[in-house]
Amino acid sequence: MSAAEQGLTVALVGNPNTGKSTLFNALTGLRQRVGNYPGVTVARKSGQCDCGDGTKVELIDLPGLYSLSAASPDEQVVIDALSGHLAEDRRPDAVVVVIDATNLLRNLFLASQLSELDLPVVLVLNQADVATEQGLKINTELLSRRLGGIPVVLTSAWKGEGIAAVRRAIGEALRARVRMPAVEWPSLVAEALADVAAGVAADIGRAPGRADVERLLFDSTSSVGQRLGWAAPRRDVVIRAARDKVRRAGYNPLAAEPLIHYERLRKLLEGVVQGGGNRTGGSAAVDQVLLHRVLGPVVFAGIMLGMFAAVFWLAKFPMQWISGGVDALKLGVAPLLDGMPMLQSLVTDGMIGGVGAFLAFLPQILILFLFVSILEDSGYMARAAFIMDRLFSWCGLNGKSFVPLLSGFACAIPGILSTRTIEDPKARLATAFAVPFMSCSARFPVYALMCAAFIGPLYGPGWESVVMVGMHCVGLLFAVPTAFVLTRFVLKVKPQPFVLELPRYQMPKPRDVLWRMWQNAAEFVSRAGTVIFAITIIVWALSYFPRDPAVEQRIRATSVGVAPEVVDAQVQSAYVEQSWMGRFGKSVQPIFDPCGFDWKITVGVLASFPAREVIVSTLGVTYSVGEGAEADSKHLQQVMRAAKWTEGPRVGTPIFSLAAILALMVFFALCSQCGPTVATLAQETGGWKWAAISFVYMTALAWLMAVAVYQGVSRLA
Amino acid sequence: MTPLSQLLPGQYGKLTSLNPERSVDQRLMALGLLPGMVLKLVRKAPLGDPLAIEFAGQVVSLRLTEAQTIIIDVAADCPIQRPRPQA
Ligand SMILES: Nc1nc2c(ncn2[C@@H]2O[C@H](COP(=O)(O)OP(=O)(O)O)[C@@H](O)[C@H]2O)c(=O)[nH]1
Ligand SMILES: [Mg+2]
Repeated sequence: MSAAEQGLTVALVGNPNTGKSTLFNALTGLRQRVGNYPGVTVARKSGQCDCGDGTKVELIDLPGLYSLSAASPDEQVVIDALSGHLAEDRRPDAVVVVIDATNLLRNLFLASQLSELDLPVVLVLNQADVATEQGLKINTELLSRRLGGIPVVLTSAWKGEGIAAVRRAIGEALRARVRMPAVEWPSLVAEALADVAAGVAADIGRAPGRADVERLLFDSTSSVGQRLGWAAPRRDVVIRAARDKVRRAGYNPLAAEPLIHYERLRKLLEGVVQGGGNRTGGSAAVDQVLLHRVLGPVVFAGIMLGMFAAVFWLAKFPMQWISGGVDALKLGVAPLLDGMPMLQSLVTDGMIGGVGAFLAFLPQILILFLFVSILEDSGYMARAAFIMDRLFSWCGLNGKSFVPLLSGFACAIPGILSTRTIEDPKARLATAFAVPFMSCSARFPVYALMCAAFIGPLYGPGWESVVMVGMHCVGLLFAVPTAFVLTRFVLKVKPQPFVLELPRYQMPKPRDVLWRMWQNAAEFVSRAGTVIFAITIIVWALSYFPRDPAVEQRIRATSVGVAPEVVDAQVQSAYVEQSWMGRFGKSVQPIFDPCGFDWKITVGVLASFPAREVIVSTLGVTYSVGEGAEADSKHLQQVMRAAKWTEGPRVGTPIFSLAAILALMVFFALCSQCGPTVATLAQETGGWKWAAISFVYMTALAWLMAVAVYQGVSRLA
Repeated sequence: MTPLSQLLPGQYGKLTSLNPERSVDQRLMALGLLPGMVLKLVRKAPLGDPLAIEFAGQVVSLRLTEAQTIIIDVAADCPIQRPRPQA
């Protein structure tokens, strides 16, 4: 039986950016995300690792963290995983601590804290190539001896150097089970720890682990007490007394841990590292330009403009190829199913259309992640956040919210996916929530149709551009206050300090960049893709059934001598009118009446909940222009201009009045009409709760604003 | 005794006190910023906030409001402390 079957697990831990994920990929062969940025690894990633001697262990890539004090959910996950308190995981059998060889002291702080967990440890000093470049010589043997004989391995994970040695070291650690010696606490601090341990044992009847005791004593807020079931009044008394003892030892209880650990490490590292000069020199010179007061923002704007242009325009070409391919496939498949109209429609409009619906997002996702990966791996992303932070901090977001929000103007999906680069969970969620408000490219056809059909002809091309620009600002106008309210009053998550490492600049590796693009696309297709597919099928069914052939016969019988495409369009329109969707649209029209929408627009609005751009072709169908109408269809524009109310108080007046078209555009600017966005929000926020809130909130807001605009403008006009 | 927020870019000095109650300061301590350590204000962001500070061979960004209670003993003749002897 292999070790993995016996269930041996080994966890990878370390500071963000040290190369854990790169090492993980090298050890497991199961490649995954590689980021040059703190906090990229959030989910639990695992794979099988061969220790070189046939022993197989399950390797877990844990989130990067600087210390065990559970300030963030990521840190909490690591503490819980390493102490065996994650529901789905056993306690690992060993830990591999990955360390940046160019900054041993700071990286060893975490290792030193981890020594309290009483687990076999392998120390991996990664990025040895950079250390060598900087002229650093590290005496790994001496370090190993000072750390009680634990294996210490020097690696360059991205060059694959030292990987075999890591495998062997893991095997050895599991066999010999050598621990890293724990800190020697000053006697009063040791007493205080013993007091806390005794207090816990007395109250819950079981001795707590050393690491848990330290968290209780040293952290201002710790969930360990809660997890142990150690309740407040007793707990607070014991801890207060113990902290007084620490104070008597001359330490602030909340600063004692780093002070004592760093003191230990400074001694421990004496003579271990030789050489090394200016470690921040090269990057500092680049920062002179990239963070310059004037040049910095100019370069930043250039890069962001380039990125946006690529996502917005460059992606159009592959998107056209995809939609061309999907159309060709439909045409190719349709004849095979002649004589079975229902199946034909299900396969072509439902299934092939559904696959096409999510494939269409791939080019934008791939291109955005090409940029995001390069920005992150090169070290520029942190600088971008540094430049932009001021503009976002006041509403509870941070500098890293910029890239997601900007890409939201092309498409919300890659925008939401890129919020992964934000490590503060509060800002991440608020940003993901704000992204769908950005005026994405799918809203463009709606604005284009309304402007071309009405604003342009009635008020001239000048007003057309004003309305276009205005519509692109509407979402932003609502997104910012929404984020403000969300972070200030709604989200109860503790905000993270915006302490951001500005890492050294580095040339991104094409292989890592490509891998990241692929990973994101694959994840999107496998998770959100299925939901999008399902939504498309459901909407297809709603607008296809019931399908009474009598409807078609009646129209064909009464329209002898009329051009066949006109009759086809009328049949289409009649079928939709009596489908579930049509009936539903008619029955809920009163809700949209205050926005000035007739039942045909209402059906269009409803049908475009899965994908807002559908409104144009749906209006084509309901206004009997035929399928496949585009925003620049002169015929559709003409029909819409001619459309009049046929009943109710507004009978005889045009349906598309200025008030109604503005209301319709505002509705589309704000409404959550994108199944893929909702599915992606659910994927990225870990459940349907925030996706549902976003959907309801945006839709309600859209309705309210549409009513306000329609009522306001019709009174004024 | 100057708050870090009032340092000029390029100025440096010894850290005299921070506030261990705050999570920002706890994070900084975990990164190795402890009393007595030399830190330098490298630059301010183009909009004046946040700040980039350097200590123990790393550059870290910090918001202005959070730098107000970090007190520095600005010493013009104090070299930047490095964890290792210079070659
Ligand atoms: N120079 C150098 N860079 C590396 C090495 N290993 C990883 N990196 C880079 O360091 C960055 C962070 O790596 P990653 O594996 O995402 O780190 P994690 O945050 O600890 O998971 C990426 O840009 C990697 O390409 C290495 O051995 N040498
Ligand atoms: Mg990682």
